[in-house]
Amino acid sequence: MNEIDHLGASLLAEIASAQDEAALEQIRIAALGKAGSISALLKTLGAMTPDERKEKGPLINGLRDQVQTALSARKDALSEAALEARLASETIDVSLPVREGPEARGRIHPISQVIDEITAIFGDMGFSIAEGPDVETDDLNFTKLNFPVGHPAREMHDTFFFAPDANGERKLLRTHTSPVQVRTMLAQQPPIRVICPGRTYRMDSDQTHTPMFHQVEGLVIDKKAHMGHLKWVLEEFCKAFFEIDTVKMRFRPSFFPFTEPSVEVDIQCSRKGGEIRFGEGEDWLEILGCGMVHPNVLRNCGVDPEIYQGFAWGMGIDRIAMLKYGMPDLRPFFEADVRWLQHYGFRPLDLPTLTGGLSS
Amino acid sequence: MKFTLSWLKDHLDTTDTVEAITEALTRVGLEVEGIEDKAKALAAFTVAYVIDAKQHPNADRLRVCMVDTGAGEPVQVVCGAPNARTGMKSVFSPPGTYIPGKDITLGKGVIRGVESNGMLCSAAELQLSEDHDGIIDLPDDAPVGQSYAAYAGLSDPVIEIAVTPNRADALGVAGIARDLAAVDLGKLKSPSILPVRGSFPCPVEVRLDFAADDKALCPAFGLRLVRGVRNGPSPEWLQARLRAVGLRPINALVDITNFMTLDRNRPLHVFDAAKVKGDLVVRRARAGETIVALDGKTYTLSDEQVVIADDAGVESIAGIMGGEASGCDEGTTDVLVESALWDPLNIARSGRALGITSDARYHFERGVDPDFCRPGLDLATAMIIDLCGGEASQMVFAGELPESPGAIDLPWAEVKRLTGLDLPVVEMKLALTSLGFHVSGPGERVKVAPPSWRADIGGKADLVEEILRIAGLDRVVATPLPRITGEVIKPVLTVLQKRTRSSKRLLASRGMVEAVTWSFISHDQAKLFGGGSRQLVLANPIAADLSDMRPSLLPGLIRAAQANADRGQGDVALFEVGQIFQSDQPEGQLIAAAGLRRGTAKLDGAGRHWDGAAQAVDAFDAKADVMALLSGLGVPTGGLQIVPGGPDWAHPGRSATLRFGPKGVIGAFGEVHPRILKALDVKGPLVAFEIHLDALPLPKFKPTKVKPKLSLSGFQPVTRDFAFIVDKATAAGEMVKSAQNADRALISDVSVFDLYEGVGVEPGKKSVALAVTLQPVEKTLTEAEIEAVGARIVAEMAKRYGAALRG
Repeated sequence: MNEIDHLGASLLAEIASAQDEAALEQIRIAALGKAGSISALLKTLGAMTPDERKEKGPLINGLRDQVQTALSARKDALSEAALEARLASETIDVSLPVREGPEARGRIHPISQVIDEITAIFGDMGFSIAEGPDVETDDLNFTKLNFPVGHPAREMHDTFFFAPDANGERKLLRTHTSPVQVRTMLAQQPPIRVICPGRTYRMDSDQTHTPMFHQVEGLVIDKKAHMGHLKWVLEEFCKAFFEIDTVKMRFRPSFFPFTEPSVEVDIQCSRKGGEIRFGEGEDWLEILGCGMVHPNVLRNCGVDPEIYQGFAWGMGIDRIAMLKYGMPDLRPFFEADVRWLQHYGFRPLDLPTLTGGLSS
Repeated sequence: MKFTLSWLKDHLDTTDTVEAITEALTRVGLEVEGIEDKAKALAAFTVAYVIDAKQHPNADRLRVCMVDTGAGEPVQVVCGAPNARTGMKSVFSPPGTYIPGKDITLGKGVIRGVESNGMLCSAAELQLSEDHDGIIDLPDDAPVGQSYAAYAGLSDPVIEIAVTPNRADALGVAGIARDLAAVDLGKLKSPSILPVRGSFPCPVEVRLDFAADDKALCPAFGLRLVRGVRNGPSPEWLQARLRAVGLRPINALVDITNFMTLDRNRPLHVFDAAKVKGDLVVRRARAGETIVALDGKTYTLSDEQVVIADDAGVESIAGIMGGEASGCDEGTTDVLVESALWDPLNIARSGRALGITSDARYHFERGVDPDFCRPGLDLATAMIIDLCGGEASQMVFAGELPESPGAIDLPWAEVKRLTGLDLPVVEMKLALTSLGFHVSGPGERVKVAPPSWRADIGGKADLVEEILRIAGLDRVVATPLPRITGEVIKPVLTVLQKRTRSSKRLLASRGMVEAVTWSFISHDQAKLFGGGSRQLVLANPIAADLSDMRPSLLPGLIRAAQANADRGQGDVALFEVGQIFQSDQPEGQLIAAAGLRRGTAKLDGAGRHWDGAAQAVDAFDAKADVMALLSGLGVPTGGLQIVPGGPDWAHPGRSATLRFGPKGVIGAFGEVHPRILKALDVKGPLVAFEIHLDALPLPKFKPTKVKPKLSLSGFQPVTRDFAFIVDKATAAGEMVKSAQNADRALISDVSVFDLYEGVGVEPGKKSVALAVTLQPVEKTLTEAEIEAVGARIVAEMAKRYGAALRG
């Protein structure tokens, strides 16, 4: 073995056994530094004859390249090992619970959710949303809607009244959303397609009645709207709202002062184990009242009943919310118990749409 | 309205089943609310014979009976009834029977050491009467082993229907039969009524004493005397019918009037003629007059009520309840029968004012058939003579029957116009005539005269309803409602409606839970929040603490937060978006959005946590909520002023009013005032905000939806920090604005990155540290240029706020 081979073998052995970057650097300086062993060999090339140089040059340069490559490889290996060692020491307990984010805690009240659902369905059918005040006049809540003088609803035991004003007029809390029909017809020429969701008030309190509740009214007025259209609108609504493919409805003759003919609508359902399901079963459940707008109401609102006709319906928002989502009791709707709201409420981004589905 | 199947069959010749009949009733608008079939409910109860009843060895009040049930060996039964005795016949139920009156299922038992294998039953246990006094005592010829229900004639199903206010005619069984006959459920066969020929003049005269414009209070009054009657219990068939529909049989004369009320919707009144002094006068009561009515109570009358009086005073409250003094009892031999017409509205008002609920009132306030006033009296007279004997006088009849309203003009096409249903004229005509309407005239338009019992029919829409309910609503064909235009749906929500919806989603996404609280709150709470004005106080609240329309959403929310805290949920974040009331006018009703946070219910979470416990909420949490809401709604906040101090509900030093100029107040945020917490009995910490969505500036209408051009600088921004010493009262928000104004072109952002008071800063002062970011647009800034901007900022701060750079 000549001197060059010997030096090479010894340097490569040193590199392989170097334990850290500092040791490697020392080896590099000792070999390739100004006074390094390989540098010294390289310096001897200048004094050589061309033949000698031709023979030794490649050997010495080869040695230099070989050592450089080994140094670099060993450096990479050492830094990789150092990283591995560091990573091995850097662990966290991923099972630690994080705080629930605000979007996970927030809730939308079922009434708001159901109003949004109703709006999505009727908005698609071309209905606008009309609103009116909760504090109403006797005229709009009763008289214009064809309630006869002396009707029991006009008495204290059904309706919340305010004290009479200087003119003797006694305001009241609307007992239904129907005065919004009247306001709409008084303000707008047909064709009319509106729904009117809102708060309503009656002196009632038990498991399914509260003194304040929510109703949605629907009104269609044009020159052709008839009961067949009414039936279709309600059937389509019920299918869309309850998210079922078929619905069986029963229309019964009934009576409301503001519609003629008047109809009450039941939907077929099954009740098993306290759960109500629509689109199946043998039971009937009353869901809404409706009818053709009474000619007197049209006249009272400045609409000629010989030219225009139409229909209206009204239903309880809280009630259909209970039917769809299974709340057994109405009273907790207004008690703001966060446990109830967390359970029956909806996540902030559960925005009902017809394209994405009303409920998730 | 209740009736039995056999009663219905008095008026309707039908072979249809109960099921078919009830289905048809609902179909024509007489909604069936229930069918009670006693024969089914009482199937297990049988007639039994008590072979032997002897004293229980261990109990004074009990007897041990050996009972022959007709089914094999005698059965031993322990019985507590005082009337249990050897040799009697009674009603037996074996173990396993459901006892309706006790709501239990009978088991085998050992009573005081003696085995009991069934029960001998009282009428109350079978829910047949209120009689708890002893077990049912049956005649000796009752057949042992037979079903008791069959024996007692209880196998007559009771049908209960809901009658809508317009259908007074269906408050009589005859009227119900008419509807059923019209839908082919049988043939109408109400017995015809023959006029009764009186054999002598009625000795009592009747005078209607009303002013000319008051005559409608009693348009007509018929009266007749029947003398020589024997009044006692009415026959069993009549008693059974009355009992079946929940009425208590009293005596034949009274039972006849009750029967007429239900059979024909013709309430009557009977006076004991011997107790009537002189002639009868029908008039308004005089204020303060009193009467002891048949319910035994004394009523004090006002001149709003109508009475029937004789020489001795008031004998009856017209159309509502008779008087005790002239009532009929077993001793009555001469009876005066009254059949009258009353003003339904006056009857309703009088009944309400006096607090009397009677069958007469119920029928009269919904309306009776005026043309049946005379025939009703004749029918009742005939029935009295039939059941009680006696001799009838001629009828006296005061007043006049009202004229029937004119016929209605009906184009047959109206049915199709309103229902979409194309029915043959023959069918439509038959529907009307079968209900008693008179249809005249040929062709497309006819005249239709409603029958006297249908006062509810006023126009052609009513006739369409009649035709439709007989034809069947199920024949109406669902028809798609065409869109008004064929276009893609246009937006239907107004800005305010969209903001109302969005507010809810925004606040919920901040971890708050939506509450819906009462629109009414207590008067005291309303006053605390700027309300309580007289026009918004309910005259008849459902509860004393729900008396005033709310001027703010906060009282409801604050109370709700405390209620949650009381249930162990102290860290709550609640919001509500809803109506508040400033006046009783429509424009006085606003839409507000309010939210509150209690305890440590911070945006990032509440309570203790390994990563650091949440601190108590403060006013800045409420500010963050309201600012997020405004920004989420797209309200431009450039002109928004945050003025220290809020409304009365807020802590004066830890709250602010939000406004766009002095007249553009939109709401407030802050810590809830300690006095408010005390008044509402609530514990803090509690912070809240409320804004009026109606008051927010509307977005500007833009002709296109193109967003402004974005220009991005290619040069590095530079940030310089400044710490200023200022008076403690200096508003940091103002300093930020002033810093920004030092060079609006270059300064892209100013933030407050540190606040400090304490050691190193003299008392009454604070250090506010601002980070100012400069964004060069055309070229990289030189150090000299940066210095120049910094100097302007320092100078501005010194000038405006006396601020010095912190050393």
